[in-house]
Amino acid sequence: MRDEAVEVRDIVVRYGDTTAVDGVSLTVPRGRVLALLGHNGAGKTSLLQVCEGFRRPDSGVATVLGLDPMGDHDALMPRLGIMLQSGGVYPWATAGEILRLFASFAATPLDVDMLLDRLGLRKFERTRWRRLSGGEQQRLSLAVALVGRPELVFLDEPTAGMDTEARHTTWRLIEELRADGVSVLLTTHLLDEAERLADEVVIMRSGVVAATGSPAELTAAAGIDLLEVRADPGLVPDGRLADLKVTETTPGEYAITGALDAAAISDVLGWFAGAGAQVTAVNTRRRTLEDVYLALTTEKVYR
Amino acid sequence: MSGTGIFAPAPGRAPLRSVVASQIRMELTLTARRGEAVVLALAVPLLVMLGAGLTEVTNVPGDDRLAFVVPGVLALTVMSTAFTGQAITTGYERSYGVLKRLGASPLTRPGLLLAKIAAVLGLIVVQLIVLAAVGVAVGWRPHFEALLPALGVTVLAAAAYSGLALLMASLLRPEATTGAATLIYVLMLAAGGIMFAAPDLGTAGWFLLPLAAHAEALRSTLSYGGSVPTAIWLSLGAWAVVLVTVAAKKFRWE
Repeated sequence: MRDEAVEVRDIVVRYGDTTAVDGVSLTVPRGRVLALLGHNGAGKTSLLQVCEGFRRPDSGVATVLGLDPMGDHDALMPRLGIMLQSGGVYPWATAGEILRLFASFAATPLDVDMLLDRLGLRKFERTRWRRLSGGEQQRLSLAVALVGRPELVFLDEPTAGMDTEARHTTWRLIEELRADGVSVLLTTHLLDEAERLADEVVIMRSGVVAATGSPAELTAAAGIDLLEVRADPGLVPDGRLADLKVTETTPGEYAITGALDAAAISDVLGWFAGAGAQVTAVNTRRRTLEDVYLALTTEKVYR
Repeated sequence: MSGTGIFAPAPGRAPLRSVVASQIRMELTLTARRGEAVVLALAVPLLVMLGAGLTEVTNVPGDDRLAFVVPGVLALTVMSTAFTGQAITTGYERSYGVLKRLGASPLTRPGLLLAKIAAVLGLIVVQLIVLAAVGVAVGWRPHFEALLPALGVTVLAAAAYSGLALLMASLLRPEATTGAATLIYVLMLAAGGIMFAAPDLGTAGWFLLPLAAHAEALRSTLSYGGSVPTAIWLSLGAWAVVLVTVAAKKFRWE
């Protein structure tokens, strides 16, 4: 347990009659990146707030770096980097002043100028917070989270409002954090972000964990679910392929779906050969994280 | 990807004294940056002191106008910084999430409170020295031997005002806090016995209007070399204890 950066067990968070988080357990091992993926309102931020010590859970236990986020708050804070979803900064202070303030809180802070350069904020050093764009504010919030050289960072939708270039800069930075041994718990509703950055993805839906695993595990569990074959046009499948659905999408292009294990794929190709067709291309498609995510989160929930 | 080591964890808090000191610096920098705060902190008290102290625009009790007006302005200044300014600033900082964010930094919540108290006290000390010096320059003759009780009631008044400021900032929206804090400031300026005599409510007035009580205590000590009436000690002490206690119970960081 001491080896885990974050360990939460059966966390419940309620707001009045609404249950935002309904018994979530998860673990972030040291030096790993865990992405909480889900729609707005899935309970991601509420769970993060428990880990950050902003909220006492209605039940369940959260342990962060071996400490209690509420009870050991002051001991924990210097070891954490926190990026809130919005706000948290004096609107009248400049980007440089804000970052230097947080740097001055730390025993051995990162070099402020280096961080401003890395996040493309150098030219905004003398710009007040309220004059920064949403994406620039996000980058500054990220810099503030990192400047104290934390062991663990909590990033609540770190790339929200960023343009594509800033998003890729941020992704590279998070990859670098991981490589340097920083543990990361981030929330996102961007699938490519989770797929690219996370060692483990926890998909949340309506306050519960809908699925969990590495991006590869989440997509591999479903196996191959589309086989595309290019061959002579106009072939009509017979009884040998009764368990599969074969559609000729355009003349000569066949899409086969169903339980596509090795035997089934062999049957398909055998059938094309048996029909005397000349097969010129075979392509398999795995489900993407997006398919998994949509399948898990869009079905209606009755509880 | 192999690490460059730039972000290798090395967490830790800077010495608490320097953490709090840099927060105090930030608080003061931002106060100086807000035009209306500077006006409230120095321009209004100076205007009231010179206007009511040197001209006959208002009726004040007694022959010595400055002996009445200067202590009143000093009391008003304490209220404007500890109450009005602090309520407005704290209300907005809460709504911007600044209190929450700084509380979740190595500064910590106790450190943030310490820095805020120090910044407000420091500001009040500077304001009082400047205003008293201007008062002396235009002819006010304070009794320095009565400085200690004057400081005592000032600390109580500052604590009471701060308690009310933090309470309002926690309970109201920042816009409402700004409106209410400004309104109370104006009402107290009018009815608090600063520019002209307060309505004579006797001892009850000291319990109802802490500003009037504070101003009266500063007059009897600094202007006349006397002591602070017991009722004023009790009034300001009660206000301070009640408001600080309630503020501590109701304070909201976000």
